[in-house]
Amino acid sequence: MSKVIKLKKGLDIKLVGEAEKSVIDLPIGERYAVSPLAFEGVVPKLLVAEGDKVAAGDALFYDKAHPEVMFTSPVSGTVSAVRRGEKRKLLAIEVAADAQQTYKQFTVKLDKASREQVVAALLESGLWASIIQRPYGIIANAQDTPKAIFVSGFDSAPLAPDMNIALKDDVEAVKAGFAALKVLCPNVHLGLEAGKESVLEAVEGVEKHYFKGAHPAGNVGVQIHHIDPINKGEKVWTVAIQNVAIIGRLFLEGKVNMVKTYAVTGSQVMHPQYVRGLVGSSLADVLTPTRIKPQSGGSKFRIIEGNVLTGRNAGANGFMSLYSSQVTVIPEGGELELIGWLAPRLNKLSVSRTYFSWLMPKKKYDLRTGLNGGVRPFVVTGLYEKYLPMDIYPMYLFKAIMAGDLEKMENLGIYEIIEEDVALCEFVDPSKQELQALVRDGINLMIKEM
Amino acid sequence: MKQNYNKPLPKRLLDKFAPTFSEGGKLSWLHSFYEAMETFFYVPTDVTKKGSHVRDCNDMKRTMFMVIIALVPTILFGMWNIGFQRIGGADFSIWQNFWFGFWKMLPSILVTYIVGLSIECAFAQIRKEEVNEGFFVSGILIPLIIPIGTPLWMTGLATAFAVVIGKEIFGGTGMNIFNPALLARLFIFFSYTSSISGESVWFTDGRTGATALGELANTGQLPEGFSMLDAFVGNIAGSIGETSTLCILLGAIVLLATGTASWRTMISVFVGGLVMGGIFNLLAPAAPVTPTEHYLALPAWQHLLLGGFAFGAVFMATDPVTSAQTNAGKCIVGFMIGALAILVRVFNTGYPEGMMLAIIFMNALAPVVDHYVVQANIKRRNRRAKKTVNA
Repeated sequence: MSKVIKLKKGLDIKLVGEAEKSVIDLPIGERYAVSPLAFEGVVPKLLVAEGDKVAAGDALFYDKAHPEVMFTSPVSGTVSAVRRGEKRKLLAIEVAADAQQTYKQFTVKLDKASREQVVAALLESGLWASIIQRPYGIIANAQDTPKAIFVSGFDSAPLAPDMNIALKDDVEAVKAGFAALKVLCPNVHLGLEAGKESVLEAVEGVEKHYFKGAHPAGNVGVQIHHIDPINKGEKVWTVAIQNVAIIGRLFLEGKVNMVKTYAVTGSQVMHPQYVRGLVGSSLADVLTPTRIKPQSGGSKFRIIEGNVLTGRNAGANGFMSLYSSQVTVIPEGGELELIGWLAPRLNKLSVSRTYFSWLMPKKKYDLRTGLNGGVRPFVVTGLYEKYLPMDIYPMYLFKAIMAGDLEKMENLGIYEIIEEDVALCEFVDPSKQELQALVRDGINLMIKEM
Repeated sequence: MKQNYNKPLPKRLLDKFAPTFSEGGKLSWLHSFYEAMETFFYVPTDVTKKGSHVRDCNDMKRTMFMVIIALVPTILFGMWNIGFQRIGGADFSIWQNFWFGFWKMLPSILVTYIVGLSIECAFAQIRKEEVNEGFFVSGILIPLIIPIGTPLWMTGLATAFAVVIGKEIFGGTGMNIFNPALLARLFIFFSYTSSISGESVWFTDGRTGATALGELANTGQLPEGFSMLDAFVGNIAGSIGETSTLCILLGAIVLLATGTASWRTMISVFVGGLVMGGIFNLLAPAAPVTPTEHYLALPAWQHLLLGGFAFGAVFMATDPVTSAQTNAGKCIVGFMIGALAILVRVFNTGYPEGMMLAIIFMNALAPVVDHYVVQANIKRRNRRAKKTVNA
């Protein structure tokens, strides 16, 4: 076993509602949807209309800036709705699924294919969208050859799925997926959790690295920083581990089979456990076997596609996107709390020792969505640093973004982070600022100006 | 308006007056004040919209309030000491002395809060922001560090100066360069030097005499009968907040245990003071003659118990906004504050207390120190980039 990289900074937020270690297979649902909003920076051009027939793997839309990047249907069926918002902004394309699924065929075999053929197959199948470029956290450019490809083999976020359960039937697919990534770039890194058995040990031909520490140790950005940090002008690619399996299936099975295992978690889920279904499944379907607890007296809950730190408020009508492998349901906040800033608040979680949660490190919390304070300018110093395990001064980077100072942003490490890396800074911030949105604004400014 | 009696009283009152203070209401120009009251009673009911769905339950109010809690021993002791230091104070009971001091100090606390918070509310209203909690701390610090004999109008004026010039013109709490409470003291000292000069201002009811630092500045020696134990416990003359090193240490424990103040800053101020005092001890001649020579010989540890050193180290130097913001910067700035304070004390005999000037001076330099710390990070990043290109 190679050297263990120990991370001292970070925080494991312990929540109630961890998924039981059983997996339920979802039957084919009625409706599936693909939302362009899930793909950062993509301007969609629609390729289908309501009533069109599609097979699984047929393109629904493409990116205007990169017409070669297709976004495909996870199921076969009929396009039942094209949902649009203000200014006709494309929100989602819904497909009513056939009872009997048909697949578009892909014939590329990895052992004989050239790099160009593999790239073409990924672009056409819609799986190219699962390859994310750093810096910026956007879909990779198919013309680039990256310095390396990084995959994190574990998720350290609150209530995150255990990849040993999620991937237990996917080991062959994952192996094929890594073989495909090696065709794209021979330099592939896999981050694993130190001291824990992993089904991913079976993967060969990649460089494995072992990480020990609290969240965000499982964030691929943090792993990159400690393995081979991104410098100015360099590009690396990242792929979520379950999407590596989907890529593998394209070459093993010759079809787009976007099945994933989702951990359905959170205090408001009645039977938190793992659910296996297709990308694009409706949250209603995903939550059918697990159920949501009955709510009393008008109390509300929030359905998050993803984890509590970085997920999207999807609502009951939402759908699973290509990038998430978790659903979390937690109670909404907004309850009245008299002089809360003075009260001991024993059932609340804080990293600050002005509360007592540090005395109960094992306690699991049922956190609500309350902001727990008013928005203020930066006052407290030295706090964000403790939750970003990188050689970066977060507050100076945030201020550079606020000032729109591109040179400073570049110098202070904007290339090395995306939203998820500062999610913990945002969680602990007593000034209640929206730091993830700020980082995205900064990245968008870099993309626009550079 | 229909009243909902299921709700607790403060909420009912807040709801009742909400329309009066919101836009279009009669008192809409006091909206920031209403909002401050609302968030005082109830945690804002806002839920997260973007980013992390759950948030830590700590907020700015609690952070600032911890400083007030840490100040409580100092405040209570200071009130008692006002009574104790008056002529014949030793003959009164603890309670009599405390109430005497309480009534002496209350007006200046009220004046600072009323003046300061009014200005804060006005600026918050203009900026359409919420009132910041920062002044909760500044407002109690100011009466603690100005002489007890300061006229109330002067206190009010100094507070207004500190809030407007020290804070609001920079953009409010979080943006200021100088510690607002120290600016208030600085304002009084440099604007009204003549009217509060002399040593009598440290006392009440006409008693006169020099503080220990005043005596040191004049003769280089401590007043006769002055004991270091008294300086530690604090039953000596001086600013209300600064005399009791013991109470300040209790506050320091609260601040450090809750993580509210930076231990790096606090400890390095004391280290800086000890090192500078130690250097002076080495420089002191074996048989001191002049006042300065005597002063050089004052044992380094005694410096830490005298004047405003401990108070400044614990409550002023650690202000997160005006101190350095990087960990390395905090150590450097803290050390410099301690060292400079002792340097000013010993060599600038015209001005007995060096702590205030040292902190204000380092407030101005802290961004420079931080700049170089951050620059080192940038250099590391650029070097790394170059190495990869060459490899």
